[in-house]
Amino acid sequence: MSEAKIIKDAICSFCGCLCDDINVEVDEGRVQRVRHACRLGSSKILGHGRIEHPMVRKDGRLVEASFQEAYDRSAQILLRANKPLLYGWASTSCEAAKKGILLAEEVGAVIDSTATVCHGPSVIGIEEKGLPGATLGQVKNRADTIVFWGCNPVEAHPRHSLRYSSNSVGRFTPQGREGRKIVVVDVRETRTARNADKFIRVNPGGDYEVISALRMLVKGKGDLLPQEVGGVLKADLAELADMLKAARFGALFFGLGITHSRGRYKNIDNALSLVAELNQHSKFVILPMRGHYNVGGIGQTLAWSSGYPMSVDLTRGKPYFNPGETSACDLLARRDVDAALIIAADAASNFPRSTVEALADIPVIQIDPYENPTTLLSDVVIPCAIAGVEVEGTAYRMDGLSLRLRKLVDSCLPSDEEILMGILGSVHRQRQMMANQGV
Amino acid sequence: MLATMISGRTLAQGAECEDKMNPDFFKAVALCHLSEKDFQSLGLSEGENVLLRNEHGQVALRAKADSGLPENMVFLPMGPWANILVGKDTGGCGTPHFKGVQVEVTATDMPVLDIRELFLNMGV
Repeated sequence: MSEAKIIKDAICSFCGCLCDDINVEVDEGRVQRVRHACRLGSSKILGHGRIEHPMVRKDGRLVEASFQEAYDRSAQILLRANKPLLYGWASTSCEAAKKGILLAEEVGAVIDSTATVCHGPSVIGIEEKGLPGATLGQVKNRADTIVFWGCNPVEAHPRHSLRYSSNSVGRFTPQGREGRKIVVVDVRETRTARNADKFIRVNPGGDYEVISALRMLVKGKGDLLPQEVGGVLKADLAELADMLKAARFGALFFGLGITHSRGRYKNIDNALSLVAELNQHSKFVILPMRGHYNVGGIGQTLAWSSGYPMSVDLTRGKPYFNPGETSACDLLARRDVDAALIIAADAASNFPRSTVEALADIPVIQIDPYENPTTLLSDVVIPCAIAGVEVEGTAYRMDGLSLRLRKLVDSCLPSDEEILMGILGSVHRQRQMMANQGV
Repeated sequence: MLATMISGRTLAQGAECEDKMNPDFFKAVALCHLSEKDFQSLGLSEGENVLLRNEHGQVALRAKADSGLPENMVFLPMGPWANILVGKDTGGCGTPHFKGVQVEVTATDMPVLDIRELFLNMGV
Protein backbone atom coordinates (compact mmCIF):
# COMPACT_ATOMS: atom_id res chain seq x y z
CA MET A 1 0.00 0.00 0.00
CA SER A 2 1.30 3.46 -0.82
CA GLU A 3 1.94 5.94 1.94
CA ALA A 4 -0.20 9.08 2.12
CA LYS A 5 1.65 12.23 1.13
CA ILE A 6 0.92 15.57 2.84
CA ILE A 7 1.28 18.61 0.60
CA LYS A 8 1.74 21.64 2.81
CA ASP A 9 0.85 25.26 2.05
CA ALA A 10 -0.97 24.50 -1.19
CA ILE A 11 -3.03 27.30 -2.73
CA CYS A 12 -6.79 26.98 -2.84
CA SER A 13 -8.15 27.73 -6.31
CA PHE A 14 -11.74 28.59 -5.52
CA CYS A 15 -12.18 32.26 -4.68
CA GLY A 16 -10.17 35.47 -4.98
CA CYS A 17 -8.64 34.95 -1.50
CA LEU A 18 -6.24 32.31 -2.92
CA CYS A 19 -5.57 31.01 0.62
CA ASP A 20 -2.01 29.67 0.59
CA ASP A 21 -1.98 27.64 3.80
CA ILE A 22 -3.93 24.57 2.69
CA ASN A 23 -2.66 21.12 3.66
CA VAL A 24 -3.73 18.34 1.34
CA GLU A 25 -3.40 14.62 2.02
CA VAL A 26 -2.88 12.62 -1.17
CA ASP A 27 -2.99 8.84 -1.30
CA GLU A 28 -3.05 6.54 -4.33
CA GLY A 29 -3.20 9.52 -6.63
CA ARG A 30 -6.32 10.99 -5.04
CA VAL A 31 -6.96 13.83 -2.63
CA GLN A 32 -8.12 12.17 0.59
CA ARG A 33 -8.30 15.07 3.05
CA VAL A 34 -8.10 18.83 2.95
CA ARG A 35 -7.15 20.85 6.02
CA HIS A 36 -7.54 24.58 6.67
CA ALA A 37 -9.73 25.19 3.60
CA CYS A 38 -13.29 26.52 3.94
CA ARG A 39 -16.33 24.61 2.74
CA LEU A 40 -16.03 26.14 -0.74
CA GLY A 41 -12.35 25.29 -1.15
CA SER A 42 -12.64 21.79 0.35
CA SER A 43 -15.48 20.97 -2.00
CA LYS A 44 -13.39 21.99 -5.01
CA ILE A 45 -10.12 20.32 -3.97
CA LEU A 46 -11.76 17.06 -2.87
CA GLY A 47 -13.42 16.87 -6.28
CA HIS A 48 -16.59 15.27 -7.59
CA GLY A 49 -18.12 13.91 -10.81
CA ARG A 50 -16.21 14.76 -13.99
CA ILE A 51 -16.75 14.73 -17.72
CA GLU A 52 -14.69 11.66 -18.64
CA HIS A 53 -14.21 11.97 -22.40
CA PRO A 54 -14.65 14.49 -25.21
CA MET A 55 -18.03 14.62 -26.92
CA VAL A 56 -19.36 16.06 -30.17
CA ARG A 57 -22.98 16.48 -31.10
CA LYS A 58 -24.21 14.16 -33.85
CA ASP A 59 -27.86 13.96 -34.88
CA GLY A 60 -28.82 16.07 -31.89
CA ARG A 61 -26.99 13.94 -29.31
CA LEU A 62 -23.62 14.34 -27.64
CA VAL A 63 -21.56 11.24 -28.47
CA GLU A 64 -18.08 10.20 -27.37
CA ALA A 65 -15.23 11.41 -29.59
CA SER A 66 -11.44 11.51 -29.58
CA PHE A 67 -9.63 14.66 -28.44
CA GLN A 68 -8.39 15.23 -32.02
CA GLU A 69 -11.93 14.93 -33.37
CA ALA A 70 -13.09 17.47 -30.77
CA TYR A 71 -10.23 19.86 -31.63
CA ASP A 72 -10.99 19.57 -35.36
CA ARG A 73 -14.71 20.19 -34.88
CA SER A 74 -13.95 23.18 -32.60
CA ALA A 75 -11.56 24.65 -35.17
CA GLN A 76 -14.15 24.16 -37.89
CA ILE A 77 -16.79 25.99 -35.83
CA LEU A 78 -14.44 28.89 -35.07
CA LEU A 79 -13.22 29.20 -38.68
CA ARG A 80 -16.74 29.15 -40.11
CA ALA A 81 -17.96 31.85 -37.71
CA ASN A 82 -17.87 35.50 -38.67
CA LYS A 83 -17.66 36.66 -35.06
CA PRO A 84 -17.01 34.02 -32.41
CA LEU A 85 -17.04 34.75 -28.67
CA LEU A 86 -14.40 33.20 -26.40
CA TYR A 87 -15.83 33.54 -22.89
CA GLY A 88 -14.95 32.52 -19.33
CA TRP A 89 -11.31 32.26 -18.16
CA ALA A 90 -11.89 33.05 -14.47
CA SER A 91 -11.21 29.54 -13.19
CA THR A 92 -8.09 28.71 -15.12
CA SER A 93 -4.49 29.88 -15.20
CA CYS A 94 -2.99 32.96 -16.83
CA GLU A 95 -0.98 30.59 -19.05
CA ALA A 96 -4.25 29.22 -20.46
CA ALA A 97 -5.57 32.79 -20.84
CA LYS A 98 -2.50 33.67 -22.96
CA LYS A 99 -3.28 30.80 -25.32
CA GLY A 100 -6.91 31.90 -25.45
CA ILE A 101 -5.90 35.42 -26.48
CA LEU A 102 -3.69 33.92 -29.19
CA LEU A 103 -6.63 31.82 -30.45
CA ALA A 104 -8.90 34.90 -30.39
CA GLU A 105 -6.37 36.79 -32.51
CA GLU A 106 -5.98 33.88 -34.93
CA VAL A 107 -9.69 33.36 -35.60
CA GLY A 108 -10.78 36.99 -35.12
CA ALA A 109 -12.93 36.67 -31.99
CA VAL A 110 -14.24 38.70 -29.09
CA ILE A 111 -12.70 37.55 -25.82
CA ASP A 112 -14.50 38.28 -22.56
CA SER A 113 -14.26 37.06 -18.99
CA THR A 114 -16.74 36.39 -16.20
CA ALA A 115 -15.85 39.83 -14.82
CA THR A 116 -18.39 41.07 -17.32
CA VAL A 117 -21.23 39.67 -15.12
CA CYS A 118 -19.41 40.29 -11.86
CA HIS A 119 -16.93 43.09 -11.11
CA GLY A 120 -17.02 44.48 -14.68
CA PRO A 121 -18.49 47.76 -13.40
CA SER A 122 -15.64 47.90 -10.85
CA VAL A 123 -13.11 47.54 -13.67
CA ILE A 124 -14.77 50.45 -15.50
CA GLY A 125 -15.00 52.59 -12.35
CA ILE A 126 -11.35 51.91 -11.53
CA GLU A 127 -10.34 52.89 -15.08
CA GLU A 128 -12.06 56.24 -14.52
CA LYS A 129 -10.72 57.02 -11.04
CA GLY A 130 -7.80 54.71 -10.22
CA LEU A 131 -7.66 52.37 -7.26
CA PRO A 132 -6.20 53.55 -3.93
CA GLY A 133 -5.52 49.92 -3.01
CA ALA A 134 -3.25 47.84 -0.83
CA THR A 135 -2.25 44.22 -0.44
CA LEU A 136 -4.33 42.06 1.85
CA GLY A 137 -1.19 41.73 3.98
CA GLN A 138 -1.21 45.47 4.60
CA VAL A 139 -4.86 45.30 5.65
CA LYS A 140 -4.12 42.40 8.00
CA ASN A 141 -1.15 44.13 9.58
CA ARG A 142 -2.48 47.67 9.80
CA ALA A 143 -6.25 48.12 9.38
CA ASP A 144 -8.19 49.19 12.47
CA THR A 145 -11.40 50.10 10.62
CA ILE A 146 -12.90 47.84 7.96
CA VAL A 147 -16.05 48.44 5.91
CA PHE A 148 -17.75 45.67 3.93
CA TRP A 149 -20.08 47.34 1.44
CA GLY A 150 -22.45 45.14 -0.58
CA CYS A 151 -20.45 42.02 0.11
CA ASN A 152 -20.91 39.01 2.37
CA PRO A 153 -17.51 37.36 2.93
CA VAL A 154 -18.87 34.97 5.56
CA GLU A 155 -20.55 33.12 2.68
CA ALA A 156 -18.61 34.19 -0.43
CA HIS A 157 -15.02 34.41 0.93
CA PRO A 158 -15.27 32.46 4.18
CA ARG A 159 -11.61 32.76 5.29
CA HIS A 160 -11.19 36.41 4.34
CA SER A 161 -11.97 37.67 7.84
CA LEU A 162 -9.61 35.23 9.58
CA ARG A 163 -6.68 35.56 7.18
CA TYR A 164 -6.83 39.15 5.97
CA SER A 165 -9.47 41.33 7.60
CA SER A 166 -11.82 41.47 10.63
CA ASN A 167 -10.37 38.67 12.75
CA SER A 168 -6.80 38.54 11.46
CA VAL A 169 -3.95 39.23 13.85
CA GLY A 170 -1.10 41.25 12.34
CA ARG A 171 2.07 43.07 13.28
CA PHE A 172 0.33 46.31 14.23
CA THR A 173 -3.04 44.71 14.96
CA PRO A 174 -2.20 42.31 17.80
CA GLN A 175 -5.70 42.42 19.27
CA GLY A 176 -7.29 41.10 16.08
CA ARG A 177 -11.08 41.52 16.06
CA GLU A 178 -11.08 43.24 19.47
CA GLY A 179 -8.90 46.05 18.16
CA ARG A 180 -10.96 46.75 15.06
CA LYS A 181 -14.17 48.48 14.16
CA ILE A 182 -16.17 46.55 11.56
CA VAL A 183 -18.95 48.18 9.55
CA VAL A 184 -21.29 46.43 7.11
CA VAL A 185 -23.41 48.34 4.60
CA ASP A 186 -25.99 46.20 2.81
CA VAL A 187 -29.64 45.96 1.83
CA ARG A 188 -30.12 42.90 4.05
CA GLU A 189 -28.74 41.71 7.35
CA THR A 190 -26.26 39.13 6.13
CA ARG A 191 -24.21 36.76 8.29
CA THR A 192 -21.33 39.23 7.85
CA ALA A 193 -23.58 42.03 9.16
CA ARG A 194 -24.39 40.01 12.30
CA ASN A 195 -20.71 40.02 13.24
CA ALA A 196 -20.25 43.76 12.66
CA ASP A 197 -20.00 46.60 15.19
CA LYS A 198 -22.25 48.72 13.01
CA PHE A 199 -24.74 47.63 10.37
CA ILE A 200 -26.23 50.17 8.00
CA ARG A 201 -29.15 49.04 5.92
CA VAL A 202 -29.56 50.93 2.64
CA ASN A 203 -32.53 50.80 0.29
CA PRO A 204 -31.95 48.62 -2.82
CA GLY A 205 -30.32 50.86 -5.43
CA GLY A 206 -29.63 53.56 -2.81
CA ASP A 207 -25.86 53.10 -2.61
CA TYR A 208 -24.91 56.03 -4.84
CA GLU A 209 -26.92 58.48 -2.74
CA VAL A 210 -25.54 57.10 0.52
CA ILE A 211 -21.94 57.30 -0.72
CA SER A 212 -22.57 60.88 -1.88
CA ALA A 213 -24.01 61.77 1.52
CA LEU A 214 -20.93 60.32 3.23
CA ARG A 215 -18.70 62.39 0.94
CA MET A 216 -20.60 65.52 1.97
CA LEU A 217 -20.24 64.65 5.66
CA VAL A 218 -16.51 63.94 5.25
CA LYS A 219 -16.16 67.35 3.58
CA GLY A 220 -18.04 69.07 6.42
CA LYS A 221 -21.16 69.84 4.37
CA GLY A 222 -23.55 67.64 6.31
CA ASP A 223 -25.84 70.60 7.09
CA LEU A 224 -27.07 70.43 3.48
CA LEU A 225 -28.28 66.83 3.83
CA PRO A 226 -31.91 65.78 4.40
CA GLN A 227 -32.74 63.73 7.51
CA GLU A 228 -32.69 60.47 5.55
CA VAL A 229 -30.70 59.38 2.50
CA GLY A 230 -31.19 56.06 0.67
CA GLY A 231 -33.09 54.67 3.65
CA VAL A 232 -30.38 55.64 6.17
CA LEU A 233 -30.84 58.24 8.90
CA LYS A 234 -28.51 61.24 8.69
CA ALA A 235 -27.45 60.65 12.31
CA ASP A 236 -26.24 57.13 11.41
CA LEU A 237 -24.34 58.46 8.40
CA ALA A 238 -22.73 61.19 10.49
CA GLU A 239 -21.60 58.61 13.05
CA LEU A 240 -20.16 56.47 10.23
CA ALA A 241 -18.37 59.43 8.62
CA ASP A 242 -16.74 60.27 11.97
CA MET A 243 -15.71 56.64 12.40
CA LEU A 244 -14.11 56.54 8.95
CA LYS A 245 -12.27 59.85 9.43
CA ALA A 246 -10.93 58.66 12.78
CA ALA A 247 -9.43 55.47 11.33
CA ARG A 248 -5.69 54.99 11.71
CA PHE A 249 -5.77 52.73 8.65
CA GLY A 250 -9.13 52.02 7.03
CA ALA A 251 -10.09 49.50 4.37
CA LEU A 252 -13.28 49.42 2.32
CA PHE A 253 -14.10 46.10 0.66
CA PHE A 254 -16.93 46.16 -1.85
CA GLY A 255 -18.86 43.45 -3.64
CA LEU A 256 -21.55 42.74 -6.16
CA GLY A 257 -24.12 44.46 -3.97
CA ILE A 258 -23.05 47.68 -5.61
CA THR A 259 -21.85 46.47 -9.05
CA HIS A 260 -25.10 44.59 -9.78
CA SER A 261 -27.43 47.35 -8.54
CA ARG A 262 -28.70 50.62 -9.93
CA GLY A 263 -25.77 52.93 -10.62
CA ARG A 264 -23.36 50.05 -11.36
CA TYR A 265 -19.95 51.51 -12.32
CA LYS A 266 -20.94 54.96 -11.09
CA ASN A 267 -21.38 53.44 -7.60
CA ILE A 268 -17.76 52.28 -7.77
CA ASP A 269 -16.59 55.61 -9.17
CA ASN A 270 -18.28 57.35 -6.23
CA ALA A 271 -16.85 54.91 -3.65
CA LEU A 272 -13.36 55.49 -5.08
CA SER A 273 -13.87 59.24 -4.67
CA LEU A 274 -15.04 58.75 -1.08
CA VAL A 275 -11.87 56.81 -0.29
CA ALA A 276 -9.67 59.37 -2.04
CA GLU A 277 -11.28 62.10 0.11
CA LEU A 278 -10.94 60.06 3.31
CA ASN A 279 -7.21 60.07 2.68
CA GLN A 280 -7.20 63.76 3.57
CA HIS A 281 -8.09 62.69 7.12
CA SER A 282 -6.59 59.22 7.51
CA LYS A 283 -5.00 56.42 5.52
CA PHE A 284 -7.76 54.58 3.64
CA VAL A 285 -7.71 51.88 0.94
CA ILE A 286 -10.39 50.20 -1.17
CA LEU A 287 -10.48 46.74 -2.75
CA PRO A 288 -13.01 44.74 -4.76
CA MET A 289 -13.94 41.31 -3.37
CA ARG A 290 -13.18 39.30 -6.51
CA GLY A 291 -15.13 36.05 -6.78
CA HIS A 292 -13.53 33.40 -8.99
CA TYR A 293 -9.94 32.69 -8.06
CA ASN A 294 -8.33 34.02 -11.22
CA VAL A 295 -10.83 36.52 -12.55
CA GLY A 296 -8.15 39.07 -11.68
CA GLY A 297 -5.61 37.10 -13.72
CA ILE A 298 -7.54 37.08 -17.00
CA GLY A 299 -7.96 40.85 -16.53
CA GLN A 300 -4.22 41.28 -16.04
CA THR A 301 -3.31 38.97 -18.95
CA LEU A 302 -5.75 40.66 -21.32
CA ALA A 303 -4.56 44.10 -20.21
CA TRP A 304 -0.87 43.42 -20.84
CA SER A 305 -1.65 41.66 -24.15
CA SER A 306 -4.26 43.95 -25.67
CA GLY A 307 -4.38 47.05 -23.49
CA TYR A 308 -7.89 46.27 -22.18
CA PRO A 309 -8.96 44.16 -19.17
CA MET A 310 -12.12 42.46 -20.50
CA SER A 311 -14.64 42.49 -23.40
CA VAL A 312 -11.90 42.81 -26.03
CA ASP A 313 -13.01 42.64 -29.65
CA LEU A 314 -10.20 41.22 -31.81
CA THR A 315 -12.29 40.81 -34.96
CA ARG A 316 -11.01 44.07 -36.47
CA GLY A 317 -7.31 43.27 -36.59
CA LYS A 318 -6.63 45.47 -33.59
CA PRO A 319 -8.07 45.42 -30.07
CA TYR A 320 -11.32 47.32 -29.54
CA PHE A 321 -13.02 47.71 -26.14
CA ASN A 322 -16.44 49.13 -25.47
CA PRO A 323 -18.38 47.53 -22.61
CA GLY A 324 -22.07 47.49 -23.44
CA GLU A 325 -21.16 46.73 -27.04
CA THR A 326 -18.30 44.20 -26.87
CA SER A 327 -19.35 42.47 -23.63
CA ALA A 328 -20.64 38.90 -23.74
CA CYS A 329 -24.23 39.51 -22.56
CA ASP A 330 -24.72 42.44 -24.96
CA LEU A 331 -23.29 40.50 -27.90
CA LEU A 332 -25.68 37.62 -27.21
CA ALA A 333 -28.63 39.93 -26.51
CA ARG A 334 -28.07 41.55 -29.94
CA ARG A 335 -27.35 38.11 -31.47
CA ASP A 336 -24.14 39.64 -32.72
CA VAL A 337 -21.97 36.51 -32.33
CA ASP A 338 -22.37 33.32 -34.32
CA ALA A 339 -20.31 30.82 -32.28
CA ALA A 340 -19.00 30.60 -28.73
CA LEU A 341 -16.21 28.86 -26.87
CA ILE A 342 -16.97 28.73 -23.15
CA ILE A 343 -14.02 27.82 -20.95
CA ALA A 344 -13.74 27.65 -17.14
CA ALA A 345 -17.17 29.23 -16.70
CA ASP A 346 -20.83 28.27 -16.97
CA ALA A 347 -22.52 30.92 -19.06
CA ALA A 348 -25.81 29.00 -19.32
CA SER A 349 -26.27 29.21 -15.53
CA ASN A 350 -24.94 32.70 -14.95
CA PHE A 351 -26.34 34.77 -17.83
CA PRO A 352 -29.87 36.18 -18.04
CA ARG A 353 -32.28 33.72 -19.60
CA SER A 354 -32.81 35.58 -22.88
CA THR A 355 -29.08 35.69 -23.56
CA VAL A 356 -28.82 31.96 -22.78
CA GLU A 357 -31.51 31.36 -25.40
CA ALA A 358 -29.30 33.20 -27.90
CA LEU A 359 -26.34 31.04 -26.84
CA ALA A 360 -28.41 27.91 -27.43
CA ASP A 361 -29.03 28.97 -31.03
CA ILE A 362 -25.34 29.10 -32.02
CA PRO A 363 -22.61 26.43 -32.09
CA VAL A 364 -20.99 26.18 -28.64
CA ILE A 365 -17.67 24.61 -27.66
CA GLN A 366 -17.24 23.88 -23.94
CA ILE A 367 -13.92 23.28 -22.16
CA ASP A 368 -14.60 22.34 -18.54
CA PRO A 369 -13.87 19.59 -16.02
CA TYR A 370 -17.54 19.31 -15.04
CA GLU A 371 -20.92 18.81 -16.66
CA ASN A 372 -23.16 21.84 -16.15
CA PRO A 373 -26.02 23.55 -18.03
CA THR A 374 -23.59 24.89 -20.66
CA THR A 375 -22.84 21.22 -21.52
CA LEU A 376 -26.51 20.75 -22.39
CA LEU A 377 -26.28 23.50 -25.02
CA SER A 378 -22.86 22.54 -26.41
CA ASP A 379 -21.90 20.99 -29.74
CA VAL A 380 -18.39 20.08 -28.62
CA VAL A 381 -17.47 19.23 -25.03
CA ILE A 382 -13.81 18.86 -24.07
CA PRO A 383 -12.95 17.75 -20.53
CA CYS A 384 -9.82 19.21 -18.97
CA ALA A 385 -7.57 18.74 -15.97
CA ILE A 386 -8.41 21.14 -13.11
CA ALA A 387 -6.09 24.14 -12.94
CA GLY A 388 -4.79 24.61 -9.40
CA VAL A 389 -5.47 20.97 -8.44
CA GLU A 390 -4.14 18.89 -11.34
CA VAL A 391 -2.20 21.56 -13.25
CA GLU A 392 0.15 24.25 -11.99
CA GLY A 393 -0.06 27.83 -13.20
CA THR A 394 -0.27 31.50 -12.28
CA ALA A 395 -3.25 33.21 -10.65
CA TYR A 396 -3.89 36.71 -9.30
CA ARG A 397 -5.34 37.20 -5.83
CA MET A 398 -8.10 39.81 -5.37
CA ASP A 399 -5.51 42.42 -4.37
CA GLY A 400 -3.48 41.91 -7.57
CA LEU A 401 -0.76 39.72 -6.05
CA SER A 402 0.30 36.92 -8.43
CA LEU A 403 0.78 33.48 -6.92
CA ARG A 404 1.90 30.16 -8.34
CA LEU A 405 -0.75 27.43 -8.15
CA ARG A 406 0.63 23.98 -7.45
CA LYS A 407 -0.22 20.64 -8.95
CA LEU A 408 -1.56 18.39 -6.18
CA VAL A 409 -2.46 15.21 -8.09
CA ASP A 410 -1.98 13.83 -11.62
CA SER A 411 -4.68 13.76 -14.26
CA CYS A 412 -4.98 11.76 -17.46
CA LEU A 413 -6.81 14.73 -19.04
CA PRO A 414 -5.05 17.56 -20.90
CA SER A 415 -4.79 21.03 -19.36
CA ASP A 416 -6.80 24.00 -20.67
CA GLU A 417 -3.57 25.25 -22.20
CA GLU A 418 -2.95 21.97 -24.06
CA ILE A 419 -6.54 21.86 -25.31
CA LEU A 420 -6.33 25.43 -26.64
CA MET A 421 -3.06 24.58 -28.39
CA GLY A 422 -4.75 21.50 -29.87
CA ILE A 423 -7.56 23.66 -31.28
CA LEU A 424 -5.06 26.27 -32.49
CA GLY A 425 -3.04 23.54 -34.27
CA SER A 426 -6.19 22.35 -35.99
CA VAL A 427 -7.07 25.94 -36.98
CA HIS A 428 -3.65 26.26 -38.65
CA ARG A 429 -3.99 22.92 -40.46
CA GLN A 430 -7.53 23.56 -41.68
CA ARG A 431 -6.59 27.06 -42.82
CA GLN A 432 -3.63 25.62 -44.74
CA MET A 433 -5.88 22.99 -46.35
CA MET A 434 -8.36 25.69 -47.35
CA ALA A 435 -5.51 27.74 -48.81
CA ASN A 436 -4.24 24.69 -50.74
CA GLN A 437 -7.71 24.11 -52.13
CA GLY A 438 -8.00 27.78 -53.05
CA VAL A 439 -11.01 28.31 -50.76
CA MET B 1 -47.03 40.71 -3.21
CA LEU B 2 -44.66 43.01 -5.09
CA ALA B 3 -41.04 42.67 -4.05
CA THR B 4 -37.48 43.59 -4.96
CA MET B 5 -35.42 40.54 -5.90
CA ILE B 6 -31.69 40.33 -5.27
CA SER B 7 -29.52 37.34 -6.13
CA GLY B 8 -26.12 36.37 -4.81
CA ARG B 9 -23.78 33.76 -3.42
CA THR B 10 -24.60 31.58 -0.43
CA LEU B 11 -22.23 29.14 1.26
CA ALA B 12 -24.28 26.14 0.10
CA GLN B 13 -24.54 27.51 -3.47
CA GLY B 14 -20.78 28.07 -3.60
CA ALA B 15 -19.98 24.61 -2.26
CA GLU B 16 -22.14 22.99 -4.98
CA CYS B 17 -21.57 25.41 -7.85
CA GLU B 18 -19.08 23.22 -9.71
CA ASP B 19 -21.34 20.18 -9.38
CA LYS B 20 -24.51 21.66 -10.81
CA MET B 21 -26.10 18.48 -12.15
CA ASN B 22 -26.05 16.98 -8.64
CA PRO B 23 -29.37 17.15 -6.71
CA ASP B 24 -27.52 18.94 -3.88
CA PHE B 25 -27.10 21.98 -6.14
CA PHE B 26 -30.85 22.00 -6.74
CA LYS B 27 -31.48 21.87 -2.98
CA ALA B 28 -29.01 24.71 -2.36
CA VAL B 29 -30.09 27.03 -5.16
CA ALA B 30 -33.73 26.53 -6.22
CA LEU B 31 -34.83 28.63 -3.24
CA CYS B 32 -36.54 31.92 -2.54
CA HIS B 33 -35.70 33.57 0.79
CA LEU B 34 -38.46 35.81 2.16
CA SER B 35 -38.73 37.90 5.29
CA GLU B 36 -40.51 36.13 8.15
CA LYS B 37 -43.42 38.56 7.88
CA ASP B 38 -43.84 38.05 4.11
CA PHE B 39 -43.53 34.29 4.60
CA GLN B 40 -46.45 34.42 7.02
CA SER B 41 -48.57 36.89 5.08
CA LEU B 42 -48.38 34.66 1.99
CA GLY B 43 -49.65 31.80 4.20
CA LEU B 44 -46.57 29.67 3.54
CA SER B 45 -45.25 26.77 5.55
CA GLU B 46 -41.90 25.00 5.35
CA GLY B 47 -41.44 23.14 2.05
CA GLU B 48 -44.10 25.09 0.13
CA ASN B 49 -43.42 26.93 -3.11
CA VAL B 50 -43.73 30.47 -4.38
CA LEU B 51 -44.07 31.71 -7.95
CA LEU B 52 -41.97 34.72 -8.93
CA ARG B 53 -43.01 36.59 -12.03
CA ASN B 54 -41.99 39.68 -13.99
CA GLU B 55 -41.72 40.87 -17.59
CA HIS B 56 -38.70 38.60 -18.18
CA GLY B 57 -40.24 35.31 -17.07
CA GLN B 58 -41.57 33.27 -14.20
CA VAL B 59 -40.08 30.65 -11.91
CA ALA B 60 -41.40 28.49 -9.08
CA LEU B 61 -39.08 28.07 -6.10
CA ARG B 62 -39.14 26.53 -2.64
CA ALA B 63 -39.86 29.24 -0.06
CA LYS B 64 -37.58 29.80 2.92
CA ALA B 65 -38.03 32.29 5.76
CA ASP B 66 -34.98 34.50 6.38
CA SER B 67 -34.79 36.77 9.42
CA GLY B 68 -32.17 38.98 7.76
CA LEU B 69 -34.49 40.25 5.04
CA PRO B 70 -36.73 43.30 5.28
CA GLU B 71 -40.33 43.12 4.07
CA ASN B 72 -40.94 43.17 0.30
CA MET B 73 -37.46 41.94 -0.50
CA VAL B 74 -36.65 38.40 -1.68
CA PHE B 75 -33.19 36.87 -1.96
CA LEU B 76 -32.39 34.10 -4.47
CA PRO B 77 -29.10 32.16 -4.53
CA MET B 78 -27.38 33.08 -7.81
CA GLY B 79 -27.90 30.63 -10.66
CA PRO B 80 -30.16 29.61 -13.52
CA TRP B 81 -33.41 29.86 -11.55
CA ALA B 82 -32.79 33.47 -10.45
CA ASN B 83 -31.59 34.44 -13.93
CA ILE B 84 -35.00 33.67 -15.46
CA LEU B 85 -36.10 36.94 -13.83
CA VAL B 86 -33.11 39.00 -15.00
CA GLY B 87 -33.38 41.14 -18.13
CA LYS B 88 -30.77 41.44 -20.85
CA ASP B 89 -30.24 45.19 -20.51
CA THR B 90 -26.77 46.07 -19.21
CA GLY B 91 -27.10 49.83 -19.07
CA GLY B 92 -24.19 50.16 -21.47
CA CYS B 93 -21.64 48.62 -19.10
CA GLY B 94 -21.90 44.92 -19.91
CA THR B 95 -23.38 43.77 -16.60
CA PRO B 96 -27.07 42.89 -16.32
CA HIS B 97 -29.21 43.93 -13.33
CA PHE B 98 -28.87 40.84 -11.13
CA LYS B 99 -30.08 42.78 -8.11
CA GLY B 100 -32.92 45.21 -7.55
CA VAL B 101 -35.29 43.39 -9.90
CA GLN B 102 -39.01 43.99 -9.40
CA VAL B 103 -41.05 40.77 -9.12
CA GLU B 104 -44.53 39.66 -8.14
CA VAL B 105 -44.54 36.86 -5.56
CA THR B 106 -47.45 34.50 -4.91
CA ALA B 107 -47.87 31.16 -3.16
CA THR B 108 -48.15 28.34 -5.70
CA ASP B 109 -48.69 24.60 -6.11
CA MET B 110 -46.51 24.60 -9.23
CA PRO B 111 -43.52 22.28 -8.94
CA VAL B 112 -39.94 23.59 -8.98
CA LEU B 113 -38.26 22.58 -12.24
CA ASP B 114 -34.99 20.69 -11.86
CA ILE B 115 -31.89 21.80 -13.70
CA ARG B 116 -32.38 19.62 -16.79
CA GLU B 117 -36.04 20.65 -17.07
CA LEU B 118 -34.96 24.31 -17.00
CA PHE B 119 -32.96 23.81 -20.21
CA LEU B 120 -35.25 21.27 -21.89
CA ASN B 121 -35.87 21.95 -25.58
CA MET B 122 -33.55 24.93 -25.55
CA GLY B 123 -31.55 25.32 -28.76
CA VAL B 124 -30.22 21.93 -29.81
